[in-house]
Amino acid sequence: MKYLSEYRDAEIAKALIARIRTRATRPWTLMEVCGGQTHTIVRQGLDALLDGVVEMIHGPGCPVCVTPLGQIDKALVIAAQPGVIFASFGDMLRVPGSTGDLQQVRARGGDVRVVYSPLDALALACAHPDRDVVFFAVGFETTAPANAMAVHRARALGVRNFTVLVSHVTVPPAMTAILDAPDNRVQGFLAAGHVCAVMGNMAYEPIAARYKVPIVVTGFEPVDILEGIALAVAQLEDGRHEVENQYVRSVRREGTPPAQALVAEVFELTDRQWRGIGEIPMSGLRLRDAYAAFDAERRFGVGGLVVDEPAACRAGDVLTGRLKPPQCAAFGTACTPDRPLGAPMVSSEGACAAYYNVARYRAPDAAGVSA
Amino acid sequence: MTKPVNPALLSCPAPLEAADYVQLGHGSGGRLSAQLVARHFLPHFDNPSLAPLGDASIVACTGRELAVSTDSFVVHPLEFPGGNIGSLAVHGTLNDVAMMGARPICLTAGFVLEEGLSLALLDRVIAAMALAARDARVPIVAGDTKVVNRGKADGLYINTSAVGTVDPDFRPAPDRAQAGDAILLSGPIARHGMAIMAAREGLAFDSAITSDSACLVPLVDALRALGAAVHVLRDPTRGGVASALNEIAAASGVGIEIDDASIPVPRDVRAACEMLGLDPLYVANEGVMAVFVASDHADAALRALRAHALGAEAARIGRVVAAHPRIVALRTPLGAMRVVDLLPGDQLPRIC
Repeated sequence: MKYLSEYRDAEIAKALIARIRTRATRPWTLMEVCGGQTHTIVRQGLDALLDGVVEMIHGPGCPVCVTPLGQIDKALVIAAQPGVIFASFGDMLRVPGSTGDLQQVRARGGDVRVVYSPLDALALACAHPDRDVVFFAVGFETTAPANAMAVHRARALGVRNFTVLVSHVTVPPAMTAILDAPDNRVQGFLAAGHVCAVMGNMAYEPIAARYKVPIVVTGFEPVDILEGIALAVAQLEDGRHEVENQYVRSVRREGTPPAQALVAEVFELTDRQWRGIGEIPMSGLRLRDAYAAFDAERRFGVGGLVVDEPAACRAGDVLTGRLKPPQCAAFGTACTPDRPLGAPMVSSEGACAAYYNVARYRAPDAAGVSA
Repeated sequence: MTKPVNPALLSCPAPLEAADYVQLGHGSGGRLSAQLVARHFLPHFDNPSLAPLGDASIVACTGRELAVSTDSFVVHPLEFPGGNIGSLAVHGTLNDVAMMGARPICLTAGFVLEEGLSLALLDRVIAAMALAARDARVPIVAGDTKVVNRGKADGLYINTSAVGTVDPDFRPAPDRAQAGDAILLSGPIARHGMAIMAAREGLAFDSAITSDSACLVPLVDALRALGAAVHVLRDPTRGGVASALNEIAAASGVGIEIDDASIPVPRDVRAACEMLGLDPLYVANEGVMAVFVASDHADAALRALRAHALGAEAARIGRVVAAHPRIVALRTPLGAMRVVDLLPGDQLPRIC
């Protein structure tokens, strides 16, 4: 498969690992921003293969992990209403809110459905004009254009029974927040390739310059990620701090202007809570007033629902790289994949769950992870 | 090491303990399913035949042993590429008996029909059942029908039970895996689950993925000559290969290592899984079995499987180890190891 098999080639990957090991004169700490990259790193064991040379901190780029408690709770309230069809990407169904998750709402009679595209949710609204169809619009800049498209089309078609519960976040403010933290350990970033395919690279140039960190726009296959790491390590060794593009087959510097225009037409910037991290100014997207009729928070009167994001939550320290999961007092004891206390233990790619499994494999009877 | 903490002091979201009502995840074949059986059924039903939790139970009957299994089928849609609920109901239960090395001798079938079900559809389902039973040379000797009000069932549910005679010289069981065993798969994985998902969700892929639903009795017979060298047979249905291997690792108290590159996944199935963010290791199969065999008989077992059309793509995917008991580890194409755990509930499509 062109543009796929060569990016999974084990020999190329091994050569890149050797190159990184040769080039690095000291251990470096990098953060991959996107959850899709974390998925590849964990599944392929890339972090283990780079042990001692490059430490990968799994960044806050998993929309499932960073969607704030308050938005999950709003989803639970809306999804439980009679007459509502609540449509969501699949993995949001298991994320715990204050009182349960969407799967439990479904078990108690809520009509919760998994869709693969927001346009599928819009189609549901057209097919069920007597029902309120609500789509849980989460994610980063990658999912924003499709979600904007669904709202835009709903308005064009005059669909009145379709709304979206928006919990969109954007990457650059999160990177800045991590770099601004006094005990930040991140020395370079792998930027999220598909986010940049939409938005371009330009927003990262001032970050690289101001904080003197290499930022390498990187794809999602094993060879992509290793090449991104090799480029970042080379920059660090050379004392350079540039925005580089490893993912040239998908990303142009200016991104995809029509998608950006659609997002700008439907959404505007807003302050947004990140689960476990707290509020990051101007880090989220909300519907513009012109699209207020499609705002589920207004339709269902849940906009005022305020949930205190726990100030001392260790998940935030994990997501920003300040704390390694095993350093958390609850790790492996009060918090396991069966009974997650926080989002990074929920998904198998969550940083805590990944560490938990590695620990079980290496020392299955060690205290703290015998579960 | 870690010190105990008071969960009440933690500020992360509260843990979601199993709720006091049934969730879909209880039927997933993952950890919730195991909890449902362990906490709600076994305390009341426990007996020596049931306790091993094999695909079928062994019961004594006037000097000989019988294998007994029952299974209910609730698939939606009722017809899918590669089969329908009828053929599936016959294959699934025969396979469960076959996984104990037994020879199935008869089947029963119970039907729950929803008011309004098309009789033409029912005829197609019954014809497919009859054909599947005939192909396996196992008669359906008892049946029952019930009709429920419209809206009380999803068209049609089928329960089948099967009885088989135990072969005293060929008694694979989930607790008999031994360190050193080779692990084989009889064919490519994840076809059934992806065929159902594509049909259910109306997902259009370039090629139609067909279910692998098939009767495994002939493949089991092909291994019979290896006798006691075959330690475990398991058809990895719901929960997929990953869940089946975890169950065997737990039942036998052994570790399992599998090699990602050696696991046969059809190209179109892999593409569909990637598009949806699903791991083929957790996707259901209905015509594939895992075989744990003493390593010095592995080549013979592989040859025996490959000699049969159903096993033409059989592959050796891993081995049983004494290290990391009860844990399934996977070697990635790059040589790293990662844990393949049971999923808490259903596998959910990923956003990113």
